[in-house]
Amino acid sequence: MAVKTGNYTYLLENTPSVLSFGAVGSKKESEGPLGQYFDVINPDSTFGENSWEKAESKMVQISVEKALSKGHFEPEQIDMAFAGDLLNQCIGSVYGLRDLGIPFVGLYGACSTMAESLALAALFVDTAIAKRALAVTSSHFCSAERQFRFPLEYGGQRPPTSQWTVTGSGACVVGESDTAPYVRAVTIGCIEDLGIKDANNMGAAMAPAAAKTIARYLADTRTRPEDYDLILTGDLGQVGSALLEQLLEQEKIHLQGRHQDCGLLIYDRQQQDVHAGGSGCGCAASVLCSFILPKIRKGTLGDVLFVATGALMSPTSSMQGESIPGVAHLVHLSSSRRRKGVE
Amino acid sequence: MSPTPREYNKMSEKAAPNSKLWKNVGMAFLVGGLICTIGQGILSWTQWLGLSQEEGGAVTSIALIFLSALLTGLNRYDDLAKHAGAGTLVPITGFANSMVSPALEFKREGLILGVGAKMFSIAGPVILYGISASVLYGLIIALFH
Repeated sequence: MAVKTGNYTYLLENTPSVLSFGAVGSKKESEGPLGQYFDVINPDSTFGENSWEKAESKMVQISVEKALSKGHFEPEQIDMAFAGDLLNQCIGSVYGLRDLGIPFVGLYGACSTMAESLALAALFVDTAIAKRALAVTSSHFCSAERQFRFPLEYGGQRPPTSQWTVTGSGACVVGESDTAPYVRAVTIGCIEDLGIKDANNMGAAMAPAAAKTIARYLADTRTRPEDYDLILTGDLGQVGSALLEQLLEQEKIHLQGRHQDCGLLIYDRQQQDVHAGGSGCGCAASVLCSFILPKIRKGTLGDVLFVATGALMSPTSSMQGESIPGVAHLVHLSSSRRRKGVE
Repeated sequence: MSPTPREYNKMSEKAAPNSKLWKNVGMAFLVGGLICTIGQGILSWTQWLGLSQEEGGAVTSIALIFLSALLTGLNRYDDLAKHAGAGTLVPITGFANSMVSPALEFKREGLILGVGAKMFSIAGPVILYGISASVLYGLIIALFH
């Protein structure tokens, strides 16, 4: 049963497992350093559909099908689906899951949704409310551009702090099992806002939330960065990652090379013209489900803090000149059920 | 000890890489200049064919707008604009691109609420304030001329 420790963190005493997972990407993702790790790559970013929104829903559908089939599950065996995306009213998830008949909890955490959905799925399984729960998120470059920025063919220049929305989706099935990766703890983040207003600099807007959540988790669990093999943020990109390390230094927390960011892992920034890195719900989700979870399962990564970060603004709030609030949720994933040396 | 918004703003400005100013200015000058040279070429050619300055000007505008719309439709204008910046934005070609690109993007939402309504989402303000400024300018001339 989950128990609260400190002010923000829940320890999952039954350590639910991520039973199976699937990752989907498109052409640009396949050309990046992690291309070979994806389960499904469709070089056609329309995914055979006639709108970008439908293409995104198709990716959700494919990633869920992949996660289910890899674990030999039928949709009826899933008690609850936690899902969300960047589109208005989360239509990427809604249409993607429409035909599966799984009880659906729609989430909006912007790009933090993978950690948010995974945390909730793990809590539901740990407390035995659900036997198996699904966590899935997605983003699509083209559907995000048309909603948040400009039409695709509009001739504009992107500033160097801007990030490239990942066309991808990741899905996890969480349940009871004796196989890694285990979910050991979760921290639900608070909304943090240090006044960044530039919608082309989301990394800077989200870094304070990531710093706060990491610091709170470490304080709640009385651990240090050295106790973890990897502290993986969602999509801070180059600017946000630098700021995260500075903010934590101010709190006397030294990441000492243990920090990586999904937005910096998924693309080759020099070759792929993505400026400050990748972003979007699909960034953290697809990197987690393609590259990180298999390593934890194999044991090449021991303890990982997965911290997905979201910028909680809308086109309306941006136009009205509001600053960009950020949020970050943390999931402690591990290759073992107990901490090293503690039994 | 979290920083104040003011302190954080400074940290964030320091962490953000700057735009490549000289490269951007240079490319804008070259591509913008090239578009204008093409325009001048068309104008001179139409005059050589016997059109007046005014008629030739209209043909030049139409030709540049057509070329811009065509390149936008062929997914090429944004590739050029990525490097050219203001060089492709400021001439009449940028205006054409700002109307054609939303028209293409929102055709899925239908001819009325999609193409019809969204076509002016970028160009609309330019038209509004362009016309308003010209009315104001006209009034000033009428009053003081």
